[in-house]
Amino acid sequence: MITAAAAKGPEIDWAALSPLVAVFGGALIVLMLGLLRSRLARETLVPVLSIASLAIAFGLGVWQWGERTDLIAGALRMDELTLVLTFVFCVAGIATVLLSWRHAAPREAAHGEYYALLLTSIAGMIVLVAAQNLVTLFLGFELLSIPLYVLCATEMRRASSLEAGLKYLIVGSVGSATLLYGLAFIYGATGSTDFAGIARDLSGGGDIVSDPLLLTGIALTIVGLAFKASTAPFHQWTPDVYEGAPTPVTAFMAVATKAAAFGIMLRLFDVALIDAAVDWAPPLAVLAAVTIIVGNVGALGQSSLKRLLAYSSVAQAGYMLAGVVVASRLGLQATVFYLAVYLVMNVAAFAVIVARERETPLGDDIDSLNGIGSTRPLLAWPMTIAMLGLAGLPATAGFIGKFYLINAAVAGDYAWLGVFIVVGSMISLAYYLKVIAAIWMRPAFEDEDESAVLAPPPGGEQPALAGASEEATTLRAQGEVVFVAVLFGAATFVLGIVPSPLLNVVRDAGAAIGLF
Amino acid sequence: MTLHLSIVLWLPVAFGVLGLLMPAKLAGRVALAGALLVLAYAVLYLVDFDMSSGGLQNVTDETWIAELGIHYKLGLDGLNLVFVLLTAITWFAATLWASFGQLEKPKLFFFHLLLGETAVLGALLAQDLALFVLFFDLMLIPFFFLVGVWGGPARIAATTKMVIYTLVGSLLMLAAAIATGVLAASGAGESLSFAFSDLAQRPLGDGTQEWIFLFFAAAFLVKMPAFPLHGWMPDAYRQMPLPALAVFSAVLSKVAAYGFLRVCAPLFPHAMEKFQTLLLAIALASILYGSAMAFTTTQARLILGYSSLAQLGFITMGIFALNEQGTQGALLQSFNHGLVVAPAFFIVALLAARAGGSEDIRDMGGIALRAPALAALFLIVAFATLAMPGSANFVGEFLILLGVFQTKFVFSILAFAGVVMASFYALRLYIRTMHNRTGPRVESRELSLRDAIVLVPLVLAIIAISVYPQFLLARTERTVAGGGTEPALAETPATLEAP
Repeated sequence: MITAAAAKGPEIDWAALSPLVAVFGGALIVLMLGLLRSRLARETLVPVLSIASLAIAFGLGVWQWGERTDLIAGALRMDELTLVLTFVFCVAGIATVLLSWRHAAPREAAHGEYYALLLTSIAGMIVLVAAQNLVTLFLGFELLSIPLYVLCATEMRRASSLEAGLKYLIVGSVGSATLLYGLAFIYGATGSTDFAGIARDLSGGGDIVSDPLLLTGIALTIVGLAFKASTAPFHQWTPDVYEGAPTPVTAFMAVATKAAAFGIMLRLFDVALIDAAVDWAPPLAVLAAVTIIVGNVGALGQSSLKRLLAYSSVAQAGYMLAGVVVASRLGLQATVFYLAVYLVMNVAAFAVIVARERETPLGDDIDSLNGIGSTRPLLAWPMTIAMLGLAGLPATAGFIGKFYLINAAVAGDYAWLGVFIVVGSMISLAYYLKVIAAIWMRPAFEDEDESAVLAPPPGGEQPALAGASEEATTLRAQGEVVFVAVLFGAATFVLGIVPSPLLNVVRDAGAAIGLF
Repeated sequence: MTLHLSIVLWLPVAFGVLGLLMPAKLAGRVALAGALLVLAYAVLYLVDFDMSSGGLQNVTDETWIAELGIHYKLGLDGLNLVFVLLTAITWFAATLWASFGQLEKPKLFFFHLLLGETAVLGALLAQDLALFVLFFDLMLIPFFFLVGVWGGPARIAATTKMVIYTLVGSLLMLAAAIATGVLAASGAGESLSFAFSDLAQRPLGDGTQEWIFLFFAAAFLVKMPAFPLHGWMPDAYRQMPLPALAVFSAVLSKVAAYGFLRVCAPLFPHAMEKFQTLLLAIALASILYGSAMAFTTTQARLILGYSSLAQLGFITMGIFALNEQGTQGALLQSFNHGLVVAPAFFIVALLAARAGGSEDIRDMGGIALRAPALAALFLIVAFATLAMPGSANFVGEFLILLGVFQTKFVFSILAFAGVVMASFYALRLYIRTMHNRTGPRVESRELSLRDAIVLVPLVLAIIAISVYPQFLLARTERTVAGGGTEPALAETPATLEAP
C-alpha cells in the first residue's frame, strides 16, 4: 500500500495544510522583500507581512477547527491539539515580531532574514506537533531548532549574543543527536515509524514493554526532548542562552519552543507510547520533581531578569511535565491549558523587560524595574500581574493553570507530584516577590548618569554621552512594546477570572486524542 | 433581591477601582463611602437574618468553571455572619482612620485596603472549597503591598517573610483542597465538585482525611498565627501601617479560625477527633507563650500582637473542644477580640504620637494626666482584653473553657493560667502608658475629634456586646447545633445569659 502511494504521490488536503502553508509562504515572501532597497519595505513592510502571515495562519486554524484530517499519507495530523498549539505559536510569533520591531537584532541581521527565520521556526513547530511518525517528528524538530540557533546570534555586535547562539547550537545538536538515536531504537524495537503502528505493537502486550531496546529508545528520546523543553538536569544551557539571546528571541524561545516540545511529548508519550507508560511515567515523574526544585532554587539568587525567567521557565517546565506523566486526558488538557497561560504570562513579563532595556542603561538587571510603580504604571501592572501569575496566586490565569495541573496529578494517582508543584510554588515566591518589591517598594531609578557610571550598560549600545541624562529620562519604550505588555498582562488577569472559553478549547484538544 | 451577597462581596473592590480613577484628594472619601456601604449591608444582613434556620441564607450558586467543578457559591449562616459583621465594622474604622491621616500614594493605598476587604469577605462567604482557597490566598496580595509600600523601615524583608510564611501554608492547603475534591468525587463515583454541600455528602477515608487535615491545619495555624508557626508575626506587626494592622489583627487571623469551622469540622470529622489533643496542645502553648511574651516585651504593638496570639489560642481551643459550648465561645471570642484589638492598635498610635513617636512603653507614662477621655477609652478596651467579668470576652472565654472542660479537662485547667496572665499584661500596658512617671518625651494631650470619631463607636460596640452577648449567640446557635461539630456531649445550655 505504501509503495502504491509513493508511486502516485500522496494526496494532500491543502485546506487542512493551509495554516502551515501560510507560515511557510510568509517566510518566503518576507525573505524576498527583505532584499529590497527601500527602508520602508524592509523596516515596516517585512514585520507587517510577518504579522499578517501569522494572523492568516491563526485564522485558517480557526477555519479548520474540528476537521481532524490526516495529511500526506498519515505523516501529519491536523487535529485540535495541533491547532491549539498552532494558535500558541502564532500568538507568540506576533508578540515577538512586535517586540523585535525596533530592536537592534533585526537591524543587524537584516530584516528579511530575521523574520523569515522566525516564521520558519514556527513552521517547524507546527510540523513537530502535528507529526504522526518518527521521521516527521525529527524533521519538525530540526526545522524549529536550526533557525533558532541563528536567531540567538542575530545581535552580531554583541559577544554574548554570539556566544548564546553557539552554545545553543552545540547543546541543541547534542540533544537532536540523542533524540535521533532514541527514535532509531524505538523503531528497532517496534518495527514501525508511525505512532499508530508503534501503539498497535505495544498494545499487544507481552515482553516488548520490557524490551531493553525499547527502554533505551525511550530513555534517549526523553533526554533529547528534555533538552528542548529545558527540564533538569538537561537545562544548563537555558540561563546562558536566555541571557545572551536578543530579548524578543528569548521571549519566543521561552514560550513557543517550550510549547512545541511539550506538544510532541504529549503526542509521543500519550499516543504512541501510552501502553509503555510503566516504562516512562515513573522516571518522567522523578524528572518533573527534580526540575521543579532545580529551577526554583536556581532562580533564587539571580539579579538578571532574563536569567531569573530562564530558571523560572525550567521550573514551569517541571510543573507541565506533571501533566504529561499522568498519561490521561485530564493531564493532556491541563498541560495544554498551562502552555497557553504560560505564554500569556511570560510574554507580558518579557515585553516589560524589553521596554526597560530601552528606557534605562541597566539592561535586564532587576534594578531597572525600581520604582516603576509610580513612574511607569503601564509597565508596572503587567509585570506585577505576570509575576503573580507565574507564582500561581489567585485571580490570575496561573492559579487556574496550577489548579488544573494539580487536579490532573491527584486524579492520576500522582498526588505527591501535586505536592511538589505547590512546594515549588512556595520557593518561587521568594524570587517573584523580589521583582514585585523592586517595582513598587524601591525608590525610582533617577540619576541616570551616576548609575550609568556604576553599572555600564551590558549591551554597550548606549555610549554615555554628555547630556544623555535629559535625553534618557525622557526616553520611553515604543508604543507597541507597551501595548504587548498591557495586552498580555490584561489577558493574564482576564483568563484568571473567565477561564472557561480557553478550557473549552483545551477540552476539544483533549478529545482529539482518541486513545484514552 | 437587594441582599444579593455578590453586591457586598464586590462593593469594596469596585470602590477601590473607582478611587484609582479619581483625583488623589478624593481617594479617601471614595474608599470611606465603599466601606460605609459594606457596613450598611452587613447590618442589613444582620437584621434580615433568619434566626430559626441553621442553614445557608441568601445563597448565590452559579457554575463558575465547569471543567474543574468550581462553583461561585456564596451563602450566609450563623458561622460567617459574625465574621462578616466584624469585617465590615473594623474595615470601616480602619478606612476612616486612614482617610484622616496623610499617606503617600493614597489612591493605591485605599485600593489595596479595599481589595483586602473583598478578599476577606470572599473567604468568609464562599461555600465552595476552591473559591474559599482562592479568596484565602488572595487576602495576602493586598497586605503584601500594604506592608511593603507603606510600612516601616524594614518593610520589604518583613513583607516577604510574611507572604512566604503564610503562603507555605496556603499552597499546601491548595493541594489539599484539590485532593479533597478529586478523591471525594472518585470515591463517590460522581463528577468533580468543590461545593461544600457536595463534599459533605462524599466522606473521605480516614487515612486520607488525616493528611489533608494536616495540610489545612498548617495553613490556618500559620495564618492565625499559632505558637510554633508565628515567626513572621513580630516583624510584620512592627512594620505594618496602622490601619492595615488593625484589620489584619482583627479579622485576618479570625478567617483562619473560621476555616477550621467551615472546612475541617464538617469535611474531616474523623481527623478533627484524631488530632484533637495535638491541636489543643498547640492552642495551650500559644496561650502560655503569647501571654508570657506579651508580659515581657516593651513594644506596645508587640504586646498586642502576642496577646492576639494568646487569644487565638483560646479560640482554637474552643473550636477543638468539639462541642457546642466551645464552638459558640470561639465564635463569640473571635468577634470580641476583633472588636477589642482594632481600637487598641489605634490607641497605641495615639500614645506613640504623644510619646515622641516611640512605641516603646518605657518611653511612655503619665499620658492619662492631660487626656482623661483617652484614658477612659483605653481602660474599657484593656478591661475587655483581660476578659473582666461583665465583658463579652469573659463570656467567650467562659464558654470556651466550659467546652474544653467537658472533653479534655486538663487543658482547660492549664488554660486558666492564660486568663490570669491576660490581666497582668493588659494592666501592665495600661499602667505603664497611662500612669507612672511621665516619660522623658511625653507631651500628653486629649484625643482630637477625629480620633474620637473612630474610637468612640468601636468602644460603644464593645460595651454593647458586653451588655448583650446573646445578640450574637442567638444567631450562631442554630448553625452550631445543626452543622459541623458533633452533637453536644451534655445537655447544658449552649448559650448563657449576660452576666
